[in-house]
Amino acid sequence: MSTLTTPPPGGTHRSETSTAEDAPRTFLRAELPQAHRDAVPEERRLLTSIRPDDRLAIAGSWIAAACLAWVICRRLMPWDGVLPFVVVMLVCALILIALTTALTGTRAEVGDRVASALVHAGALTVGIALVSTIVFVFARGAEALPHLNLFTEDMSGVGPRDPFTRGGVLHAILGTLIQVAIAVVITVPLGIGAAVFMTEVGGPFARVVRTVVEAMTALPSIVAGLFIYTTLIVTLGVARSGIAAALALSVMMLPIIARAADVVLRIVPGGLREASLALGSSRWRTVWHVVLPTARPGLATALILGVARGIGETSPVLLTSGAASFVVVDPTDGVMNSLPLFIFSTVRSGEPIYIQRAFAAAAVLMALVLILFVVARLLARPRKGTR
Amino acid sequence: MTPTTTLRTELPSLDADEPRQLAGRTSGSDLVFRIVARSFGGMVLLITGGIGFFLALQAVPTLQRYGTSFFTETQWQPEADVLGIGAVLVGTVSVAGVALVIAFPLALLTALYISEYAPPRLRPTLVSCVDLMAAVPSIIYGLWGFFLLQPHASAVAHWLHQHLGFIPFFAVDADADAAVWEQTRYTASAFVAGIAVAMMVLPMTCAVMRQVFSQAPAGEREAALALGSTRWGMIRSVVLPYGRGGIIGGTMLGLGRALGETIAVLLIISPAFDLKPRVLEIGTNTVSALIAGRFGEASEAQLSALLTAGFVLFVITLVVNTFAAMIVSRSRSGIGTDA
Repeated sequence: MSTLTTPPPGGTHRSETSTAEDAPRTFLRAELPQAHRDAVPEERRLLTSIRPDDRLAIAGSWIAAACLAWVICRRLMPWDGVLPFVVVMLVCALILIALTTALTGTRAEVGDRVASALVHAGALTVGIALVSTIVFVFARGAEALPHLNLFTEDMSGVGPRDPFTRGGVLHAILGTLIQVAIAVVITVPLGIGAAVFMTEVGGPFARVVRTVVEAMTALPSIVAGLFIYTTLIVTLGVARSGIAAALALSVMMLPIIARAADVVLRIVPGGLREASLALGSSRWRTVWHVVLPTARPGLATALILGVARGIGETSPVLLTSGAASFVVVDPTDGVMNSLPLFIFSTVRSGEPIYIQRAFAAAAVLMALVLILFVVARLLARPRKGTR
Repeated sequence: MTPTTTLRTELPSLDADEPRQLAGRTSGSDLVFRIVARSFGGMVLLITGGIGFFLALQAVPTLQRYGTSFFTETQWQPEADVLGIGAVLVGTVSVAGVALVIAFPLALLTALYISEYAPPRLRPTLVSCVDLMAAVPSIIYGLWGFFLLQPHASAVAHWLHQHLGFIPFFAVDADADAAVWEQTRYTASAFVAGIAVAMMVLPMTCAVMRQVFSQAPAGEREAALALGSTRWGMIRSVVLPYGRGGIIGGTMLGLGRALGETIAVLLIISPAFDLKPRVLEIGTNTVSALIAGRFGEASEAQLSALLTAGFVLFVITLVVNTFAAMIVSRSRSGIGTDA
């Protein structure tokens, strides 16, 4: 074994073999400290648990696994396609890594290498899934996206076979923005007000509110839509419209935003509150000038993530509004489309050109969510010079 | 004991030193603030609690009319007055089950990668990637599942049927070894829908797990490493036991999300009202897809039946979520359970 000459790797079981060599020297050093001065400076131990030869062994295992997978999938078994290849390759790689490590290492090392490979493969799979989703949507929408009329026209009078130079998703974009804006106007004051009540006022009633709000975050969005449909549309006779959809979205978003704001307000340090109160300010001024400004980035993030959730919800809009094909600006005036609903209804139609339009709309929706997300991240970052 | 009492009796002049009355009279603005805040809390309670109450109220006549057969009946034929959510409940559970079977290992591995293996500089970026994945609208995962994934998934389903068809879950009502396999029999199934739902469950579960893993005490990690443990040994003996509550709780939160998912499922499945464990076969239905598909033509009685189905779904989700929150907060890794 080559371990006796190379410096022992930190944190592996193999170091036992080489410490036997070092042990007498350490002992002597303790007895005769002056001899140490003339000794050559001790070489720094390599602390990584993975050495260059291990890296080569692992790289070799992956290459060998790829080759083996090709042989198995293309020559031995009738498993065509990318997916079987990747799965077979992963299994082969795990076996090969276990074998190559077992040649020189202990069982603990074999477990470590295999687990490491598995964790990396798992994370890579998730990464590929995320990237493939985003890229796929933009790629399928690429044909319809460059036409500017996509953003300036609606779908009124546009047939399933019309080219991309006619028609667009303006009505869906406007509908989404209007509905989400109304929902935000309703939910933000209520949600943040309730959160302030839960954290700053407290008491048994606040605990009841918190319990109910937390429970209602479990409400499936379709049930929120069905609730508004039954009460507002069937019982009260309000027409299916943008305002109904906005209310359904609010019902869905309210517990989410209230709960997120509650969590954010709870982590405001108590010292800040006490300092403000000790300086003689009232509770109200403490909340307005200390607690809320401190929590502002967190509140903004909570709000934007809630909005991103609301923008992408299809089912409440499906139940309470409808897929109008023209621009509707007045939320009380008849059915109003939204981006997710437009995507859903056009995909359901099954017409190839409609499906491509749906993907263009999905790309627009994805871009909206991405923008919101980046803004949320920027806001959440601690600003320089505030402290 | 005794010396202190004697000392105290020797200093009688300080008898006025009682605790001061600290609770000053609430000023007018504070009173207004309290009332306003309380009314906001009350309003939110009214809205959110009102929905739960309304749903429960709607469920009463339906449950009175159909009794327990509402939970066991598989057909949904309002015209024949035969209603039940037996089949859709099984469908909901099978879609959520498939989603969890796929999402759980991937979420665990990703959370471990981000908290233990990833280079520290990359970590914040990866965390935001997971958050972004949670923010992607479900309709987009539906498109992804329907157009990109379905061909691959049906091939996998066929392979599973061919080689593991003796297990009832993997059985499909088709000839496994036919020269030209019937691809349509393997599409639009609970399996395909479950994969798409897994994409939505995964980021939630992963975020909770990662948060808990990153809170594993540094001292114990270092102790394990100093005793000569490998990185995996450290994870197995410190991080995973510490994060057990987060693993279970995060998975259950994911389950809650998976049960209520509508639009991606509606886009992928082809509705069927059979009670079957065969997740690979075409046709299934979930409670939320049933509501989305049937609300339009529903009369008032049917509407209340649909609301009852929604209520049952809500109660199941609520129970799952409550258990999840309890498990996370009871375990050693109790802090930061927001998800």
